[in-house]
Amino acid sequence: MVIDAENLTKKFGNLTAVEDLTFHVDGGEVFGFLGPNGAGKTTTVRMLCCLISKTSGTARIADYEVGKDADSLKIRKIIGLVPDNVGLYDDLTAYDNLDFYGKIYDRTEAQRKENIERFLKMLGLWEKRDVAAGTFSKGMKQKLAIARALIHDPEVLFLDEPTVNLDPESSKTVRDFILELKKEKKTIFLNTHNLDEAQRICDRIAILNTKLMAIGTPEALETSVQGRKSVIRLVEVTDAILNALQKLSLKNLTRDGNTLTIDVVDPDKENPSILDTIFRAGGHVQSVTVLGSTLEDAYLKLVREAK
Amino acid sequence: MRLSKSWIIASKDFKIFFKKKNIIYSILVVPLIISFLFPALIEFELGKNGGNGIPAAELPILLPAFTFFYLILAGMVPTTIASYSLVGEKVEKSLEPLLATPTTDSEILLGKGIAAFIPPIGAILGGATIFMILMDVVTHGTLGYYFFPNWNAAIVLFLMVPLAIIMSVEWNVIVSARVSDVRVAQQIGILLMLPFAGIYVAGELDLIQLGITSNLLIIAGILLVVDLLLLYVARATFRREEILTKWK
Repeated sequence: MVIDAENLTKKFGNLTAVEDLTFHVDGGEVFGFLGPNGAGKTTTVRMLCCLISKTSGTARIADYEVGKDADSLKIRKIIGLVPDNVGLYDDLTAYDNLDFYGKIYDRTEAQRKENIERFLKMLGLWEKRDVAAGTFSKGMKQKLAIARALIHDPEVLFLDEPTVNLDPESSKTVRDFILELKKEKKTIFLNTHNLDEAQRICDRIAILNTKLMAIGTPEALETSVQGRKSVIRLVEVTDAILNALQKLSLKNLTRDGNTLTIDVVDPDKENPSILDTIFRAGGHVQSVTVLGSTLEDAYLKLVREAK
Repeated sequence: MRLSKSWIIASKDFKIFFKKKNIIYSILVVPLIISFLFPALIEFELGKNGGNGIPAAELPILLPAFTFFYLILAGMVPTTIASYSLVGEKVEKSLEPLLATPTTDSEILLGKGIAAFIPPIGAILGGATIFMILMDVVTHGTLGYYFFPNWNAAIVLFLMVPLAIIMSVEWNVIVSARVSDVRVAQQIGILLMLPFAGIYVAGELDLIQLGITSNLLIIAGILLVVDLLLLYVARATFRREEILTKWK
């Protein structure tokens, strides 16, 4: 376990920004933090990166305790952060931006040279190494900020909205790079609004709205909220069919003309008996479709419930 | 505290300053103008009335007052560089990634302090050296001896000026926490030259004898006390959580 948070809470005066967060992140895992604006995503990252204090609860990064003075520097040594504002030095070149951070992390000149070349090449910025960062596009700046966070080969990488405000092509480059890092088994904590991004990249996702609303794999979250629906289109829906289906104690059966919609938990197990019942009652099935709820459904339902 | 970390931060700031010509000019121009202007004025005045424009007895009173101008500059010159160093980072949002590195608040603050201290002290001492050499050249004929260097000038330049620059840097740290525009920071930061200008005017009005060594040492002592008080406030202002959650 690389990140372990127990009842983590942060209050700013009377405002509770984050309440009772309990979660863990395993080594090599890409963990997504989903939530609306003001949900406490950035506050959580800042607490875990020892940038702001916690009000209560505990959190550990690797073997170090968040909030303990003696451990703060050790934690900051093994993490890399890409904040929501990239915060590059616009007057310095791409190379100098990375070199400065390499020095701050006590990397030797040889290590700095090697890592700078490696990451700038991976991100397609090597040819621009001597160009001032201020002249870069948003996408290039974001990529440079990611390279900066990786310059010291951190154990955990925190990414706060890494693709926000990027054009689709730049977003894809950044996402692909994160997937590359995932292949290298880097532990990544990803704050994002982008459900599609979270679904594609993350091993597990936590949905946050001050409190933790849900946590699990993208697939588990999809099904946990609404389950699935079997939509069965018949030639004709008769009373005999409806009576027979009602005996199966189905969760939610609705009829719209010749179409029946039934809530199911596991369609592979439940659909055969439903169809068998329909056949026995003299029904003729034209088509069967299984509808699943999406991560978006799950997210919106949980966030609305929290309101 | 690891000085090496502070030096890395300061070196990075120097690199940025050298790319910004307006910062270089703002540090160099005024000390250089004063360094050439005052000797030129004295030369001009001495030349009046057939070379008797300023009586020799008045020069030892006049020249220390000129030296005191460098104290006023010490309150003014660091403002541009200190406000850029802090508010500039705030505007570029580059403080958060820096704060996420294994550096302490004190190391970052010291780094910023070094970056804002070295160029102004270099410019002021460089300018003062030119001033003293030129003034000696100009006044030697009238005085019959070289007025500079002397102990009082040494106290002003090597004790009071560094203390005043430190005060200016600390003041700018405090100001930077409350403004988010470099120009506003500079306008408020430059107010620090007023007390030094006040001391100069008090000297001109004979309220303080600026040519007396003990008076200079008392003023230096006051500067030291104020420096320590401002350091306490600046240190309390420059904390990670304050910067990320309360700096406007």
